[in-house]
Amino acid sequence: MERAIAFLTRTRNPGRVGWTDILAYAYLVLGVLLILAPVVWLFVSSFKSQRALIESDPRFLPYEQVTAVLPGSSRPVNLVEWTAPDGTTRVFAQLRLSGANVVLADPAKPDETFQVPRRDTRPHETVRARFENYSEPTLGGGAAGTFRFGLYFGNSVFVTVVATLMTLAISSMAAFALAKYRFAGRDVFMLLIVATLLMPATVILVPLFIVVKNFGMLDSLWGVIIPGAATPTGVFLLRQYMLTIPDELIEAARMDSASEWKIYYKIVLPLALPAIAVLAILSIIWRWNDFLWPLVVLSRSETFTLQLGLSSFKGEMLDATHYLLAMTVLTLLPVTFVFAFLQKYITTGIANTGMK
Amino acid sequence: MGANAEPGPSAVVDTTDGGPAMRWVVTPLLAAFEPPMRWLQTKLGLRGLPYVFLLPTMAIFGLFSFLPALLNIYISFTGGASTILADRPFVGLRNYEALLACESIFVPKSCPVSGFGFWTGMWNTLLFAVIQVPIMTAVALATAIVLNREIRARGFWRALFFYPVMLSPVVVAVVWDWVLKRRGILNALMAEIAETRNALAAWGPLEMAAKIAALVVAAAIARRLWALRAKGAWAIPALVLCAGAAAWLVFAWDVRASVATQAWRPINWLADANSSWPFFWVVFVYTWSHLGFFMLILLAGLQAIPRDLYEAAEMDGTPKWRAFVRITVPLLMPTLLVVLVLSLIRAFQIFDEVYVLTGGGPGTATRMVIQEIYESAFVSDAKLYGVAAAASVLLAGVILVLTLVQLALTRRKAGA
Repeated sequence: MERAIAFLTRTRNPGRVGWTDILAYAYLVLGVLLILAPVVWLFVSSFKSQRALIESDPRFLPYEQVTAVLPGSSRPVNLVEWTAPDGTTRVFAQLRLSGANVVLADPAKPDETFQVPRRDTRPHETVRARFENYSEPTLGGGAAGTFRFGLYFGNSVFVTVVATLMTLAISSMAAFALAKYRFAGRDVFMLLIVATLLMPATVILVPLFIVVKNFGMLDSLWGVIIPGAATPTGVFLLRQYMLTIPDELIEAARMDSASEWKIYYKIVLPLALPAIAVLAILSIIWRWNDFLWPLVVLSRSETFTLQLGLSSFKGEMLDATHYLLAMTVLTLLPVTFVFAFLQKYITTGIANTGMK
Repeated sequence: MGANAEPGPSAVVDTTDGGPAMRWVVTPLLAAFEPPMRWLQTKLGLRGLPYVFLLPTMAIFGLFSFLPALLNIYISFTGGASTILADRPFVGLRNYEALLACESIFVPKSCPVSGFGFWTGMWNTLLFAVIQVPIMTAVALATAIVLNREIRARGFWRALFFYPVMLSPVVVAVVWDWVLKRRGILNALMAEIAETRNALAAWGPLEMAAKIAALVVAAAIARRLWALRAKGAWAIPALVLCAGAAAWLVFAWDVRASVATQAWRPINWLADANSSWPFFWVVFVYTWSHLGFFMLILLAGLQAIPRDLYEAAEMDGTPKWRAFVRITVPLLMPTLLVVLVLSLIRAFQIFDEVYVLTGGGPGTATRMVIQEIYESAFVSDAKLYGVAAAASVLLAGVILVLTLVQLALTRRKAGA
């Protein structure tokens, strides 16, 4: 215990906790609360029943009303806890309401009914996580018909995987040419690639749409994948890294009469793998979270990605909050896992490229 | 982006092998391209081959960046709802007139219909950028400075602050919509706080406890000031002030009245048209979700400042705050400028979060210019491609200037 306290209070100047240290930690704790609390709240809410969500039950854990089927009846009735005037509390079945009173009965003896003031009773509840919120939209069943999670998930995975592979392949080829060859117009190409930073999809939305439509890629996942496959960030990230690969390796391979293509995929690509991994992670995040461009290209719900499905579900299904929250959790889980395992490489990758 | 205390990208994978995926899938796949590429090499020679390597990237850039950029200008001079270029009649400057023929561009109501939407969106976006960018930069800087201190588990804190950047705009919007609903947890929390305050106000010993606490704090400050009296003439007046404040707190402070409050009336944070709350929350949520990115860039900038500068300053007996003003601020300035411009460019393109969170409402309170372009081209029945393209050209002008500034700054920084 003593050692634990010593560990926790250890700072730069041993034996002295400055007020700036306290401020710094207070800032961090506050910030982390502000960042995690909404996400955690979404997560616990996603296990609550639709009724608890509509009533905006502010309690942290998912509570659910306990019901029972009394002998001689087929309909389940709610159980309530009644606090008798002598202070004891017992569970009874609530048969019906009667003005400000409720009619109760012992579940074992449903014929002996009695009335008590409603304010002396509380719903009898138990903690239960509703995994149905997750299973019904994914595996079918329930009223989750319009949210086809499997389909959207498949579309998102397809877009993310294919687009990332494509980005890696073509960016590494371009980076190889720009890093390892001297040729006429190299600087012009570099300038052209930088210039694409001036044309983000947001400001060329209409003509990009018309180009894609004329290629017949509207309402097709390829219309989402191909226009964004080339990225200036990716090319420069890889080129910067390939510059550090010694030219002697390439010269030696040429001596052994390896073809240039072989040099690219046998020597340069494996050596550039660290930078390629960073680009792969970045590309996966960009593609998984992409919203505006898929929104323009995809209008049929069969081609929706998870983000589009979620956003249209949010717009139309006012009475299915429980599914919406659960599906949101499923959408953020993959990125969260990727981040949890690779956060060090993601943060260094972004700090080094300074782009997104 | 300068030196970084973290291991470089080379730490991602420490072998060059790449494991079974590389050996059994990627390499054979790429080997299949060997014969055609070898043939091309004999045809074109070593001089021609780099163009082949550049071809896929440049083809995509050409078709989906440069061609659209040129088409954008052309389409902005055409009308109609057709997506076949040949079928679009040339209308000259009429689309720009629809956007710009206002009595005053500062009053969107004085514009034609399209101009009304455009300028509403433009001014909202500008207001958003002007409010959001300084806040984001300041908070990101504060966070980076705190994380640059010698704190425990820095990687853990840094990752947590970065986490929202990983979430998609749609997820971010759902998360905050759920918190900010009229019957959401924030209103419940505020009601709880109001109740607790009233319960506290009704607590018997409250007055005595509060006044004793105030006296203790005042005594501690007074002691510190007394110890500092040799440092400057200001200590004695400050001491008098402190004593006066303590006297006021003990004899004139109505503790109960300052603790008690009215019961909380739930606010519809995202839809209350009579307040600025929706706009506030748009700024807040956007900052919440993008802060980590700018914090990372600033943190990298801070860590690139050589430690020995601070050590030298410490040896000269320079106070901490002066070392901050004289060393940290000037050396961080290039990074700070990049962050400012980069966040400005991004702020002008804001769409996703707001579109899912408020849909531009209530009314047009949070309607941004990209939403206006998107809706006039793709959602409205009229399919005003020409007007939307003209609006894009105007917006592209703003972003072009900002991006050129950013590139100039990055280049100067790299050269420095």
